This record gives sequence, C-alpha cells and structure tokens, in this order.
Amino acid sequence: MATTAEHFQGHAEEHHHEHKPAFFARWFMSTNHKDIGTMYLIFAIIAGIIGGAFSGMMRIELAQPGIQYLDIFAKWFGAVNPDFNSTLHVWNVLITAHGLIMVFFMVMPAIIGGFGNWFVPIMIGAPDMAFPRMNNISFWLTVAGFCSLMISAFVPGGTGLGAGTGWTVYAPLSTTGSPGPAVDFGIFALHLAGAGSIMGAINFITTIFNMRAPGMTMHKMPLFVWSVLVTAFLLLLSLPVLAAAITMLLTDRNFGTTFFDPSGGGDPVLYQHLFWFFGHPEVYIMILPGFGIISQIISTFSKKPVFGYLGMAYAMVAIGVVGFIVWAHHMYATGLSVNTKMYFTAATMVIAVPTGIKIFSWIATMWGGSLEFKSPMVWAIGFIFLFTVGGVTGVVLANGGVDDVLHDTYYVVAHFHYVLSLGAVTALFAGFYYWFPKMSGKMHSEFLAHLHFWVFFVGVNMIFFPMHFLGLQGMPRRYPDYAEAYAYWNHFATVGYMIMAASLGIWFVNIIYAFAAGRKAEDNYWGEGATTLEWTLTSPPPYHQFETLPVIGETAHH
Amino acid sequence: MAEAINPVDRARQSNRKVAMVALSMALGMLGLGYASVPLYRIFCQVTGYGGTTKRVDAAQAAGIVDSGRTISVRFDANVARDMPWDFKPLQRTDTVSIGARDMALFWARNESDQTVTGTASFNVEPEQAAKYFNKIQCFCFTEQTLKPGEAVRMPVLYYIDPAILDDPDNKDVEEITLSYTFHVTSVGDAKALDQSKTGG
Repeated sequence: MATTAEHFQGHAEEHHHEHKPAFFARWFMSTNHKDIGTMYLIFAIIAGIIGGAFSGMMRIELAQPGIQYLDIFAKWFGAVNPDFNSTLHVWNVLITAHGLIMVFFMVMPAIIGGFGNWFVPIMIGAPDMAFPRMNNISFWLTVAGFCSLMISAFVPGGTGLGAGTGWTVYAPLSTTGSPGPAVDFGIFALHLAGAGSIMGAINFITTIFNMRAPGMTMHKMPLFVWSVLVTAFLLLLSLPVLAAAITMLLTDRNFGTTFFDPSGGGDPVLYQHLFWFFGHPEVYIMILPGFGIISQIISTFSKKPVFGYLGMAYAMVAIGVVGFIVWAHHMYATGLSVNTKMYFTAATMVIAVPTGIKIFSWIATMWGGSLEFKSPMVWAIGFIFLFTVGGVTGVVLANGGVDDVLHDTYYVVAHFHYVLSLGAVTALFAGFYYWFPKMSGKMHSEFLAHLHFWVFFVGVNMIFFPMHFLGLQGMPRRYPDYAEAYAYWNHFATVGYMIMAASLGIWFVNIIYAFAAGRKAEDNYWGEGATTLEWTLTSPPPYHQFETLPVIGETAHH
Repeated sequence: MAEAINPVDRARQSNRKVAMVALSMALGMLGLGYASVPLYRIFCQVTGYGGTTKRVDAAQAAGIVDSGRTISVRFDANVARDMPWDFKPLQRTDTVSIGARDMALFWARNESDQTVTGTASFNVEPEQAAKYFNKIQCFCFTEQTLKPGEAVRMPVLYYIDPAILDDPDNKDVEEITLSYTFHVTSVGDAKALDQSKTGG
C-alpha cells in the first residue's frame, strides 16, 4: 500500500483543518475517533491499575497459608470491626472485582475501544467512525458502568460489603445468597458496559462495511480490521444473551420472579447455560483483536505480507462461529450426560484447528523474513509463545473426563491467565509499543521497552506457571487460604507478581520519558515493513484525516 | 448536489440501514435469551435432561410389562431453607422390579404455628436414569397445604421403564435416587384449607 497511497495527503492537511475544540468540548463531548480511542486507552490503564492492585492484594494474602491481610482490606472498603465471615467475604469481592474489571473495563476498552477506534477507520481509509456521536455514548456508558462497579464494593452485599459472586454471577449465590444492593450495582455495571459495547459493535460493523476507501475490498483489509469485524459480530450476538440473563437475575432478586429458583419451577443451571453462551464468545472477543495486532506486527518486522492472508482472516471467522457452540465445556461439572460431554469435548477441540492455522501462519510469516527485533516484535513473539502455552492447556481442559479432576482448580486459573493475562495483555503491550509513537508523535525508548518485556515475561511466568502444578495437586480456586503443601509455589507466584509489578513501573517511566524527552516520531518510523494506511499519515495523524479518500491500487498487499 | 441523490445523504442512509440490521440482530439475541427459558423447560421435559423425571397417565402405564429384573431405588427428602416442615421418606430404599408399578410413601409434618402451603421439586440421580423414571401419581404434581402441627403421608406411584435395560449409558446403574425438596409457596393462606391432604 505504501506504493499507492504514499504521502498523498497527510502533510497537506497538517497546516489546516486543525481547529480542535477547546478542552472540555474536545474531551467530554468528543466525536473524534482518535480522541475517543485515546480516552478508552487512558480509561483502560486506570481500570487496569485498579484491577491489577486487586490481584496484588490477593497475591499478598496468598503468599503464605492462613489469613493475614483480609481484615485490613475489609477496613479499607469501610467495614467497621468486620467479623470473620465478612473478612472472608472480602476475598470473594476481590476475585469478583478483579475478574469484572479486567474483562469489561481493561481488556475490552483497550483492545476494541482503544486500538479499534484509533486504527480501524485509518486502516480502511475512512475519515472517522460511521456514528461518531454514538461512539461518544459508548465510551461514557463504559465509564458509568465502571463507577457502578466501584460503588458496589462499598455497599452491603449479604455477608459483608461488596458483591462476592465471582465474575460469573451464578445463581443462587447471586440471588438468594447475596441480599443487599452490592450485586444489583454489579449487574447494573454489566448492563451499562454491555450497552456501550453493543453500540460500539454496531458502529464498527457499519464503519467497516460502508466506509472503506475506494479499492479497499474486504479481502484487502488489514487483518486487524478483520479481527475487529469478527469481534464486533461476537459482541452483537453474545452480549444481548448476557443482558437477558442478568436482567432475569435482577428480577429474581428484586421482583419475585423465579427464572433460576427451583421453588418456582426455575433452574439455576439455566443461568449457567445463558452465561456461558455469552461467556465463551466473550473470551474470543478479548483475544481476537490481539490476533489482529500480532498479525500486523509480525508482518511489519518480517518485512513480508502476512503468510496465508485469507486463511488468517477466515480462521478468525471460524473461531468466532465455533465459539458459539462450545459453551458447556465450562459446565462439565453440572452433570451433563456422557454424550453431551463428548460433543462439547469434540467441538472445543475443533477450535484448535483455526487457532493452529494462525500460530503456524505467524511462524511462516517470520520464516525467511528480514526480521528486525524492535520492541513490538519482541512482545509479539512473546505473545505467540505464551498464547500457545495457554492453548495447549486449553486442549487438556477441553476433555470432559480430565475436567472432572481439574474443574475449579488452579490449573484452570493458570490456563485462562496464560491466554488472557499473558496472551491478550501481551498483545496489548505489543500494540502499545507498535502504535504509541503514531498516536503521541513521540518515540518511546526502545531499551526500556525491551527491558519492560523481559521483566514482565519473567514475572508473569513466575506467577502463572506454578499454578499448573498447584492445580494438578488439587488446590481449588477462589479460596483465600490453602493447605501447607501448596505454600512453596504460592510464595513463588507472589514474588513473580512483584517482578511483574516492577515491569509496569518501567512502562510508566517509558511513557514519561517519551513525552518529556522522546524524539519526534516520523510518519513511518518502522520503515519499509509497515505498509498499512496509518503509516502514510503524520505522527500523530491530523485531527481529521482522509478528507480526500485514499485510493488503494490493484497490486496493494495487506 | 441539492437534487435527489446527495452522496452524503446516501452514505448516511446506507449507514443507517446497516446499523438497523445490526441492531435487530442484537434485539433478536435478546429475545432468544428470554425464549430460552420456556425452550429449556420443554427440552428438559422431553429428554429428562438434568434429572427431570417423566409424568405419565395410568393408560400409558398400563402398557408396560414387568421385565423381571430388579433395581434399587433410594428415596431422599429435604426442605428449602425457610420451610418449617419435617419431611422424610417412610422407606429409605426399595428394590423394585423394572417395569412394575410401585408405591413409595413420604411423610411431612408442619412444625410451625401457621398454615403453610408448599410445592415439591424433584430430581433423579444419576441424571441419565431420569428419563426412564415415570411417575403416574405424585404429591409433587400439586401444592400441599398443612395446618399447624398437621402431619400427612404422601404417596408416589411410579415405575421404571424397561427401556433402561437397553441403554448403554445406564448399563452400570444399580441404584436410582429420587430426591424431593419442599419449598414454601404461601404461608397462612385460608383458601388452601379446601385442598386434598392425602396428596395428588
């Protein structure tokens, strides 16, 4: 694309069309996709710090057997002289808040709202999103949802303050088991964030279908755009089911309905079916845009178009489709029949095929490429390694029989943190270093970015790899205490957490460095391998780009 | 530009069309989420999924022949947290002939000083046996009302479908557990006094 769309207009726009609104109007009433993307990224960083701090509180409690810190944390949330049960309840509140924040208010806003908003319109040569004002509503609904979730931590939730239901909000714990307004606030948070995400999904679908520049056919779209398109459809089809399920929870809690209450003919297992019909696509919602980012980066730093472009695009479509028919593999312990388990085991394993296509295509892209190990590339290769580890344990857990043993143990915790905390988050950092100079106009320090990677890589592996051992030895999830036998690896994981936290310090230093002393970023600071449309614009791009639409030539590659 | 086809308007219209299709997909899924409640109930009744037993009438039951093979049936009774009844089976286990009708008796006494109406929910373990567990008559088909201190014996008339003998999933099943839980429907309801106390 560089050959056809090269520098055709970026600089021309630099000198006019830059009437940015004043501060309040620009940031609070924003309709500009880049500004909204920036706000999503800042919001995700703030939410991530809070969610990450909660995980730090959990790790410090788990550093040794027994209960050491929970009563202190209970007082932080405003409990006066908490009894032992409400002290233990704080643990449930922490795991709930950590899960909900990281899923709905960190990964999703960052990867879809942040990078999606910033780069989908630019990559397809569109001036903005299809519905800029709806884009603004999406963002502020997400913020409102986050506030609702934060409020829930300070109001009664039954045993103590806050909602202690886990991110899954299973009935009957979330209905008859949790009186008090905390769970209602939590459900309301999901409603708001869900509504924001559905609007965002409609916006992306319309933008990608209708606003591509002349010549930008579907099969020429960069893979990141493909990944956001598939993700938007997953959001559109799965989130309403969650909305229905949690609305039923809300009426069960407050208005006497019995959707999930056996005394009125309901069934709590139905809630699990509805939740996981949403929940499984949700995990692909978190990882697919990461796949897209990794594809862009691997191609850029191999200086080759991505291997098997069509296979890569349709592998994501396949993952999205199959992702809707595997939900009950989260429910093997609810008493499914042997035949049902057989089906869900087989269907789940099928997902390894398109995922394998992606992994091998990334490796094939690197194969014979002119590799350059700039920081985004190092993060991307780290992603491939970590995601593959998580994928392999996923295939293990897909087996209904094996899951009978490993269900709700730390093996599961290790698995989903390898694909999310290490997979999706590593992809986020890869994308951050790839695009940060483009977004800010300032170069970060490559040295600090590499250092950040290595410290982070060591830290997260120290946290989560030993959890495989703990799970195989039978340590159950979701408890603040454990038998003496599990002490060694738990202590080890807590040390890993501190190392990981230190790596985030390096990251913040790097951001400060970039703004304070960073070199000015060129238009295309990654050089010849970076061929998508954002590299034809200035860094940062003009406030309004592509007022004359770029034309993508026949020979352009992705 | 001012005539019929303004390109900006056309783009806007086309955007609106795509957004409406997307929105209706989302609303469709929302509807499907609610529709899943009755669909799930029908699914459970038809397949015996999740331990849902089958209800048959006497005419259907008449056609079943005794297979001569026996199986052990275990009875379990418990009450929901706020239910002030003492509720128990009058026999713990029963060895029944597969295909033959059998009757099990349960006993309940209202331990509170108020009239309480309750409904029993039921479940079968192992779950794959549920679809072969047929009830002809059961106190769980209707609500039960007990006055303060009143006790009652409640029958369940059932048979195990001989088709269970041909099901590979039930090959190793030697005992089936039938469990009931009584839930409060209403407390101190006068109209309930007319209802049968011998069980439906």
